Amino acid sequence: MAQMNLLQAINNALITAMDEDEKVMVFGEDVGHFGGVFRATSNLQQKFGKGRCFNTPLTEQGIIGFANGLAAQGSVPVAEIQFGDYIFPAFDQIVNETAKWRYRSGGQFSCGTLTIRTPYGGGIAGGHYHSQSPEAFFAHIPGMKVVIPRNPYQAKGLLLSSIRDDNPVLFMEPKRLYRAAVGDVPENDYTLELGKADLVKAGSDITLLAWGAQVEIIEKAAELAEKDGISCEIIDLQSILPWDAAAVYESVYKTGRLLINHEAPLTAGFASEIAASVQQECFLYLEAPIARVCGLDTPYPLAHEKEYMPDHLKTYEAIKRTMDY
Amino acid sequence: MTTSNKDTMQDRNHLSHVTNTHEAKVISNGLIDIPMLQLLDENGVVNDGATLPDISQDTAQRILESMHYTRLLDERMIGAQRQGRISFYLASRGEEASTVASAAALSDNDMIMSQYREQGALVYRGYSTEQFMNQMFSNQLDPNKGRQMPIHYGDKALNFMTISSPLGTQIPQASGYSYGQKMAGQAAITICYFGEGAASEGDFHAGLNMAAVLNCPCIFFCRNNGYAISTPSTEQFAGDGIASRGIGYGVKTIRVDGNDVLAVYQATQLAREIALAENCPVLIEAMTYRLSAHSTSDDPTGYRSKEEEEQWAKKDPVLRFEAWLTSKKWFDQNAIDEFKEKTRADILNALKVSEKVPVNPLEDIVEDVYDSVPWHLQKQLDELKEHVSKYPEAYPKTSGRNS
Repeated sequence: MAQMNLLQAINNALITAMDEDEKVMVFGEDVGHFGGVFRATSNLQQKFGKGRCFNTPLTEQGIIGFANGLAAQGSVPVAEIQFGDYIFPAFDQIVNETAKWRYRSGGQFSCGTLTIRTPYGGGIAGGHYHSQSPEAFFAHIPGMKVVIPRNPYQAKGLLLSSIRDDNPVLFMEPKRLYRAAVGDVPENDYTLELGKADLVKAGSDITLLAWGAQVEIIEKAAELAEKDGISCEIIDLQSILPWDAAAVYESVYKTGRLLINHEAPLTAGFASEIAASVQQECFLYLEAPIARVCGLDTPYPLAHEKEYMPDHLKTYEAIKRTMDY
Repeated sequence: MTTSNKDTMQDRNHLSHVTNTHEAKVISNGLIDIPMLQLLDENGVVNDGATLPDISQDTAQRILESMHYTRLLDERMIGAQRQGRISFYLASRGEEASTVASAAALSDNDMIMSQYREQGALVYRGYSTEQFMNQMFSNQLDPNKGRQMPIHYGDKALNFMTISSPLGTQIPQASGYSYGQKMAGQAAITICYFGEGAASEGDFHAGLNMAAVLNCPCIFFCRNNGYAISTPSTEQFAGDGIASRGIGYGVKTIRVDGNDVLAVYQATQLAREIALAENCPVLIEAMTYRLSAHSTSDDPTGYRSKEEEEQWAKKDPVLRFEAWLTSKKWFDQNAIDEFKEKTRADILNALKVSEKVPVNPLEDIVEDVYDSVPWHLQKQLDELKEHVSKYPEAYPKTSGRNS
């Protein structure tokens, strides 16, 4: 075990993957000698050479197009998009190429070895072009997997799984926690299963569901609620697509109440999908309407960041409303 | 392999190759003259001073037959579309030299990433009549499992990447694919075909720039056929064609007469040698003309004159090549007539067989979305099967079939 922050855990996972398989290649804007604007790829070029860790020109559509071809050839690309907010020039390559390659060729070719890493989310005074949480866009693409870790231990285990999974994975990293989240991380090679939620804390009155940086927000809200005698069950979804519906249903059967928290805007956020599925599956078990505590349907604000965020206080209030329904 | 700080932290000067001027002068288009390589004139006679490529009689014969085959396939399938037997077709008449002769200059282990009008390259690679038909009839014998519109071929065994409809997406992909070939130490390159219209997509810029910077052994082969559906190239770009852009990206570039088999063959051979030896991309701009409509959904009489088409019909690449073969005494009219007769019959027979082959069973609808079927797709399939069994007559292609 070693103490690592989230960035160090990601860096450690990349080194582990590149050590194990020489077909693994890491590239993106500034990821080479400089080690990435957040330093997630520090020392990779020095360790593995310019052929396997390299800067690309400043072109997101090019990075993913290139990565698609490289994956189809049989290499194992780990492409970095510097900010989730800048992934949209690559949207066509992801939606129409990455995700459909295997399907359209009847399984003859695929981009299964591709992993796209990108930092996402707010809380860093980044305004509307350095704070967005675009996971719901990608949850709407058959063929993609979407994974979000919440701490260094998960980051390493889930990233190694993503790189080795034979499906294209969008790996979204909560940049607010890059240096803030510190924890014990095994130095050896380990993986965590994709598509599985993590039960953070058992409880009996209400299920609180979040992912990435928002998990610590619902934990904080749960602490407040516990003082009022409300027992909260906390689940980190970890994988957005495919998501662990069974784990969520299981929890809701028990608690009868569900609150979903995400940073992305409310309308058509991934909470909508979860709420629709849970009401379908757990209708007669529900004691109250499913609550969503999400970002506003506005661009991510700068001066009003604190007000926009679905913070622990908004979550606490929603817990009480749900309990009192 | 390690890189020391000394290698990467060098002193750089991005003005080192820039000279000064003391006169305010704007550079205009056409300053660099990009000529077109033409070995055979329009009558198939070798141009003065032309050095012909080293081409065997067998290769020349295979090129000619592939061009004729492609043209016959196109004619027959346009007919099949008109009869309502297939939904769509896209012919390549007039462009056979650019696709067939370029493919002939490649090695079988080179990857072909095409746009969609390169059936000539696929014919040369050896795709069979049955394979063409199975794809176009979306039946269960198509390895792409009937999932794409007609003409979106793909065959792993022949190193022909499955075609994608969105334009230009294959361009940066070809950069990545060839980078992987280089890293794996393969003596192989990727050829990436596209039209002059697709070259307006952002992916063209992204792909060529990346290939140049990252030293990718790739041939970017532009078929400049004058039209993107109805839009003439004069409304597509203002610069000197596509070749001039290669220069801007630092990509080695050659412009070639796309209706001259020998010129296309020579240029592609040269490009392949350079790409492989120097680990770099090469851009070929083949100047040609789409004598056919864009597709069976298009009618060119709405945007170009019969006279214009007639002018280009005189430059027919097949006739030009046959004239040269005749001068070499390599041309046998009877043999070609027999080949064409047999090809017509083969196509018709294969068509009749393929159109009766059923589509894939219903279970296939959720296959290949992921490496295995995830829970939510399995659930959706189970519900769908139950529904289809309740209303079998509404879903005749899949009801009553066992997987």
